[in-house]
Amino acid sequence: MTMPYYASPEQLMRDRSEYARKGISRGRSVAVVTYADGVLFIAENPSSTLHKVGEIYDRIGFAAVGRYSEFESLRVAGVRLADVRGYSYNRRDVTGRVIANAYAQTLGEIFTQQTKPYEVELCVAEVGDTPENDQLYRLTFDGSVVDEPDFIVMGGQADAVSGNLREHYLPGMSLAEALQVGVQALSAVSPATTAGADGGPKLLTAEQIEVAVLDRRRPKRAFRRVVGAALHRLLDRGDVAAVEDVEEPHTAAHAPSTPAPGTPAGLGDPSAPDTGGTAGSGGQAPTT
Amino acid sequence: MTESSAGRSGFSPAYLDRVGSSFTDFLASAAPDLLPGRRPVPPLPAGDLTPHGTTIVAVTYADGVLMGGDRRATMGNLISSRDIEKVYAADAWSVIGIAGAAGIAIEMVKLYQVELEHYEKIEGLTLSLDGKANRLAQMIRGNLGAAMQGLAVVPLFAGYDLDAAPGTSPGRIFSYDVTGGNYEERGYSAVGSGSLFARSSLKKTWRPDLSAADATRTVVESLYDAADDDSATGGPDPVRRLYPIVYRVDAEGAVRLTDDEVSAVAATIVTERSAADGQG
Repeated sequence: MTMPYYASPEQLMRDRSEYARKGISRGRSVAVVTYADGVLFIAENPSSTLHKVGEIYDRIGFAAVGRYSEFESLRVAGVRLADVRGYSYNRRDVTGRVIANAYAQTLGEIFTQQTKPYEVELCVAEVGDTPENDQLYRLTFDGSVVDEPDFIVMGGQADAVSGNLREHYLPGMSLAEALQVGVQALSAVSPATTAGADGGPKLLTAEQIEVAVLDRRRPKRAFRRVVGAALHRLLDRGDVAAVEDVEEPHTAAHAPSTPAPGTPAGLGDPSAPDTGGTAGSGGQAPTT
Repeated sequence: MTESSAGRSGFSPAYLDRVGSSFTDFLASAAPDLLPGRRPVPPLPAGDLTPHGTTIVAVTYADGVLMGGDRRATMGNLISSRDIEKVYAADAWSVIGIAGAAGIAIEMVKLYQVELEHYEKIEGLTLSLDGKANRLAQMIRGNLGAAMQGLAVVPLFAGYDLDAAPGTSPGRIFSYDVTGGNYEERGYSAVGSGSLFARSSLKKTWRPDLSAADATRTVVESLYDAADDDSATGGPDPVRRLYPIVYRVDAEGAVRLTDDEVSAVAATIVTERSAADGQG
């Protein structure tokens, strides 16, 4: 076999895009949906340890589809950038836009300069103080970044899932409602639920999905995984809006920290920034 | 700084290296100038130029551990701060208190908090309590040069051990020396200039398996005793409404007691002492 002497840049880019798209479309889908109190991540993911969804910083979450090793190294890079920025400036100076930009630059560079592009698609979500300030950024393998409202679907049959979501999505849904809409949209196209094909598509079960939220009501770190009994309850309850008791169990050994609301402000807390160890952060300032 | 270029033109290679889960190790390769202990210290005693934090105490009780610290920082013979905070939550299940050069100590606490959170985010697991204690020892070890110039930082670390065997106390305390020596303490411990008096007080008031309320009292009382005899330790200050900072760590996580709770305990102690004194 001989190598061609010349391939037009157009041809080259088209080949790479096609390669990356193929890789991504083989995977299962991830939906990122905004709801009344934040952002909900739902990933079809039978593994409970190889996560597709992760925490980047206090108010910023990450979701990805595609090749695990590639998006995992990008996730780690995002956590590092966020922590370095937060450490050298202040926690509130870490924004989703900064993280999304860094991803866009890196993915763009890899796409144009390396022979094999990354077969990944990412979502960087930032939860704001109000629903209007929530941000969802979609990043594709070629480094393009798009700021999308309401929800983002990535992966295998993204178009079909997005179509389904567009029909059922309502702004300001509760967590249980948003989860139901999201799971139903993913289930409609998932091979895991449609393969049986006796009597309509079933819904994905708690074991087949990975769920996490960025909850704006939580102080400091908004990210929380919804697992185990809490997830079962939330799925079973359907449209009942009572979600207050859905808390990750504290007792699991080495569970990630999930400070409950009311946890006092620590160093560099967004609600009490610039605490140099003197006044502030919950203590009373001297009055005279 | 490497970091700012990372924001503008994608991640520099160090960010994409899959080397480890430690934030400190990562900073050492990506932005070493941000690390405490990497800066040259002038070869002169600098101890009097900087505020120093003073007394920290920690006690275990039936369901966990408590840590308290007074609010005073001194600079030579001056009080440089009346409301400094020297006890912090390190993560959801551990607390750290610091005595020594305040600037370096606070920087170290900040780095330590990021270190624990960073590990948690990268690995999806929290470090074991012993792992956290060891990590802190390494940080103190890096500060030995500055410690020799009078800028020593001596922390006290305590936490709720999620892996504690049934029947053993889940609250554990670790103390350190300036060389990074790491010692697990039984029952109670104190560091800082007033630690001698605080420890003597705890020796008489602390018993195993105290309730949370009784243990809080022993903490506040030991700080009162330290302030009584050590000029660098501040007592409860009802005029400015400044009271010791007390953190409680139990199965629910680390919580800072409200000023109201602590001031009530302090008021009881002051009333009892003044009655016992017999002159007032």
